[in-house]
Amino acid sequence: MSQDTSFAASSATSTPSASTSVAELKQIAAQVRRDIVRMVHAVNSGHPGGSLGCTDLLVSLFFKVMKHTPQPFDMDGRNQDLFFLSNGHISPVFYSVLARSGYFPVSELATFRKLNSRLQGHPATHEHLPGVRIASGSLGQGLSVATGAAQAKKLNGDDRTVFVLMGDGELEEGQVWEAAMYAPHHKVDNLIAFVDRNGQQIDGPTDKVMHLGDLRAKFESFGWRVLETDGNDFEKLLPSIEEAQSLLGQGQPVLVLMDTQMGFGVDFMMGSHKWHGVAPNNEQLEIALQQLAVEKAGDY
Amino acid sequence: MKDFPYTESKDTRSGFGAGLHELGKTNPNVVALCADLIGSLKMDAFVKDFPERFFQVGIAEANMMGLAAGLTIGGKIPFTGTFANFSTGRVYDQIRQSIAYSGKNVKICASHAGLTLGEDGATHQILEDLGLMKMLPHMTVINPCDYNQTKAATLAIAEHEGPVYLRFGRPVVPNFTPADQTFEIGKGIVLNEGADVSIFATGHLVWKAILAGKLLAEKGINAEIINIHTIKPLDAQLVLESARKTRCVVTAEEHQMNGGLGDSIAQLLAREEPLPLEMVAVNDSFGESGTPDQLMEKYELNEAAIVRAVEKVMARRK
Repeated sequence: MSQDTSFAASSATSTPSASTSVAELKQIAAQVRRDIVRMVHAVNSGHPGGSLGCTDLLVSLFFKVMKHTPQPFDMDGRNQDLFFLSNGHISPVFYSVLARSGYFPVSELATFRKLNSRLQGHPATHEHLPGVRIASGSLGQGLSVATGAAQAKKLNGDDRTVFVLMGDGELEEGQVWEAAMYAPHHKVDNLIAFVDRNGQQIDGPTDKVMHLGDLRAKFESFGWRVLETDGNDFEKLLPSIEEAQSLLGQGQPVLVLMDTQMGFGVDFMMGSHKWHGVAPNNEQLEIALQQLAVEKAGDY
Repeated sequence: MKDFPYTESKDTRSGFGAGLHELGKTNPNVVALCADLIGSLKMDAFVKDFPERFFQVGIAEANMMGLAAGLTIGGKIPFTGTFANFSTGRVYDQIRQSIAYSGKNVKICASHAGLTLGEDGATHQILEDLGLMKMLPHMTVINPCDYNQTKAATLAIAEHEGPVYLRFGRPVVPNFTPADQTFEIGKGIVLNEGADVSIFATGHLVWKAILAGKLLAEKGINAEIINIHTIKPLDAQLVLESARKTRCVVTAEEHQMNGGLGDSIAQLLAREEPLPLEMVAVNDSFGESGTPDQLMEKYELNEAAIVRAVEKVMARRK
């Protein structure tokens, strides 16, 4: 796995590798969470809640699971595993993980949401930020894109995997179900989709805003293999990802319903939709950073 | 007035089908997607000969646009096929975010555009698609006039890097474009040189403009007739050269006035060379059921309407 050492020098992270230990992943996750709260605090905007909740998944994928080449960035990603973020508002975690796994300098995180930045409020390819392969933010589109990319891999004889993350509230978009119907029909079995099941959306708990029902039964009835796991516990998450990988190549796409807590790692942000799109103030930032301690400080 | 001989009339959608089939043979990266309209889009031959590169999406156009965007990641050149209405208005946000803003090399191929879909009525006749697509930054918008030109355009857009909207239709129209004519994106074609008025037409209205040119010639009016097959990028140089010569302009298209070819040319002239302009287009109205010919007459998209517009604009010329 290639990583420019100039990036590693400014970070508390270690080189991505299949042998990365859970202890190391926890350190990386803490650093990523520090990035998230600092990034949204700096511009007093952005989405910390879902970002903190999905940190453990993205750290697992980018620092342990995926075979990927950060530099030089190749849009086509031939013979690499690909990751698509469908719920683009959690861009802080995506950007932090991309930077810390070597796609661009960690120092660039300081430009998040600022004028002339490559780190747009929601991920975009328009400014050519390495690591981003599709714009997302308008919800419900990522599963379709990931499925298309997975089919391109099959046509190319490329046996790597396409990963995609969606929010649970996002499943209220109809396009998700068009793609959910399509992927099993076309036997897209090199695709692992994750749902960030935090049970929250902007107007409140998903159960109150729009009940999602039995997601396992829904996806299984469409022809998916479905797993459930804890998205904030590496000891459970990593084996689930391994199991998902073991189910590939059998004619069915795989879905992982991942229970997370919005705001995970910062106690006053946890379990509430209130921190969906709100940045911490100065005092709250200090409290958050105290809770997100790392052994070796590597803030950007 | 030049003569435009043709041996047969054909539908433009069949030109697309023939072009796509040829691309199947010549370009291994070309893939096709369809939303339950293989026959209507004339994609049968591609489906039959290249089944591994064809993706039936079902009646799910939003998913089709996302799939197409994804297929480009890995070097494929996806051609999506459905009616123009379902290729644009229904999936505008998918095209905007996943294709246009993301700069993906997707070819959105849209049949049954305009009124000439006929009896199905306004739910299926879109007259806003050119405007919707041309407003998207970096989107190329093409509306060829006959079978040969649609086939040539289909081949040409596979060679063009970037998102393209290719619009064609269902009725049979005279196939007069030479079969060996290369399609140059963004280059208008002067069909008849003239000095009295410039008629810029696109799509099915190109043939109507030729018919109008003959009627005008009988009245002693020498019309310059130009086929603007590419709405965006507009061939501004050609438009201005012709307009500066004739000093008055008529545009003709099977589309709303708002957002169409006439709108683009009006903007150009207002900025560069303010001259009288008349538009033959649908004036802020939906279509309705009827035969294609009945509709083109009722909505004044025929040679008689072009002649009237020419007489009006020439009277306004200073």
